[in-house]
Amino acid sequence: MAVIGLEQESQGVSDTVSSGRADESQPVPATPSHPAQLRALRIRRQRILKSVILLVVLAFLLVPLMAMMLFTVRQPLSGQWGVDAWKAIFTGSGDSLGADMSILWQGLGISLGLCVVTVVLVLALLVPVMVITYLRSPRLARVVEWVSTLPLTIPAIVLVVGLGPIYRWLSADVLSTNPIWLCFAYTILVMPFSYRALAVGMRSIDMRTLAEASRSLGASWPVLFVRVLLPNLWQSILSAAFIGIAVVMGEYTVASLLGRVNLQVALYQLGQSNSQISTAMALLALVFGVVLLVVLDLVADSIKRRRNK
Amino acid sequence: MTSITVASGRPGEQGLRSAASRLSRRRNLGTAAVSLPFFAYVAAFLILPTGIVVVGAFLSPTQAFTLDNFKRLTEANTLASFGTSIAVSLISALIGACVGGLAAYALVLGAKPEGLIRRIIVALSSVLAQFGGVMLAFAFIATIGINGIVTMMLQQFLHFTVNPNWLSSLSGLITVYCYFQIPLMIITFLPAVDSIRPQWREACESLGANTWQYWIRIACPILLPRFISALLLLFANSFSAYATAAALFSQRSIIVPLMIQGAIRNEMDPGQQGFAQVLAFAMIVVVAVVMMLSHLLEKRFARWQ
Repeated sequence: MAVIGLEQESQGVSDTVSSGRADESQPVPATPSHPAQLRALRIRRQRILKSVILLVVLAFLLVPLMAMMLFTVRQPLSGQWGVDAWKAIFTGSGDSLGADMSILWQGLGISLGLCVVTVVLVLALLVPVMVITYLRSPRLARVVEWVSTLPLTIPAIVLVVGLGPIYRWLSADVLSTNPIWLCFAYTILVMPFSYRALAVGMRSIDMRTLAEASRSLGASWPVLFVRVLLPNLWQSILSAAFIGIAVVMGEYTVASLLGRVNLQVALYQLGQSNSQISTAMALLALVFGVVLLVVLDLVADSIKRRRNK
Repeated sequence: MTSITVASGRPGEQGLRSAASRLSRRRNLGTAAVSLPFFAYVAAFLILPTGIVVVGAFLSPTQAFTLDNFKRLTEANTLASFGTSIAVSLISALIGACVGGLAAYALVLGAKPEGLIRRIIVALSSVLAQFGGVMLAFAFIATIGINGIVTMMLQQFLHFTVNPNWLSSLSGLITVYCYFQIPLMIITFLPAVDSIRPQWREACESLGANTWQYWIRIACPILLPRFISALLLLFANSFSAYATAAALFSQRSIIVPLMIQGAIRNEMDPGQQGFAQVLAFAMIVVVAVVMMLSHLLEKRFARWQ
């Protein structure tokens, strides 16, 4: 996501500038085999190659999405066209298609709840420790970085094998079998992504100067944290939250193997009986992800513009 | 604050120093107090489960030390599923890295950094790189499954019948994996391609180098470490992917994550617990080796920045 905002000199401009330079009839003994026409040819060829590559990749990425869309409005067996699947989703009852939608709403509710709890938990765990280690102990900050990105190295399926006994104990003796407790596992899964989003924000502001300035003006630590650092970090906190939501909404492995229902498990189960409704719901979830990302991009843009002013 | 008042109240350098050391001790205590919840949480939900897997791999059903679990790793079908897993991951990583790398290069080539096409593809890629599991399986079933749209179109217009079981074959699985590998490659490799300055090529040409020399001497040495480390990331990514395969294959355990699933669900046989743990342990080892290689490469790349 940080990729979008990368500052880079425009290659298009630089290409024209340099070909202009090659046009000048200076004696260039080192490049006799590279007259301006050949360079222009090369650039034209590059442009064709570029368009072909991008078109093929875009087609590969877009065809399944379009097929999903068509699949939801065309009955696969009878070949009839209709918007019954979408009606079922927006009216909330799948009676017209003979499908029981209750599991889907149950899963959706749980996934939304999990999003909230997981995001709160991961931010509450990460933000304070990242700030304090960044300000006071760079060595500890490296340990925090290593630990937070560790879940990338441990596949979710492996984590489930180890989490199984823990959750068995948790649900029998401490808490309940309520799927909301999956938030403990999800916090770990989300941590590397949220860590990266937060780290980008913390590196882009001069936290040490801010902290020293406010401390020498008499701010206490809580005041420094709430009134100085958080307002400067809210954009990266927002992006950490969004990526967390995206991960939680798409999670299947842990929930299904621990025997809990979330959105993805519900989608899979519904897909066994009515593939049209579940495909439509999957498409909606994907659109939701795209919207989240576009909003994030717009937020980042507006902040960058305000800073430049 | 406290250090100044204490120090001024007590003359002499010794008082100052002891106050300073007291302050630094307090600071360290404060840091520890704030860090404690984070480390405690990670210990409980990341280190402990991993520990259970690693220790469990060496335990028999009666909790005694044993290496029997590892014997099952060398059974023919376990080895076969590891081979399949590694082959699927390697091929999908190679395809993803090459296609994604080319696409990243095409995005940078002669385009403005804020150009529309680039923004669309980058935004799409960051969503699709996370798009796995059940929804991805649905997308491909809707595309090229038995009643898929592309299947129908091929049949109607070209009279070509797609094998209805193609999606649950290895080449089908690889194609499905490529759907998230290519976008992931685009977003991880784009910064590396961006770091190549067009001026370098111009400098090269004005010094008399041709395209071939530019690629061999300039671009490849800079891009190669990042390319390989991205390739390793893609490998680890598809090696640990479970949900997509689980949604596509309902019965057969042809790759390791599905074998683990089978072992977890099979609660009748107490030996299966150890088997799941030893499989998971082997997966950790494979991914750890891959990640270590990638880390070494990143270090080498850091020299160029």
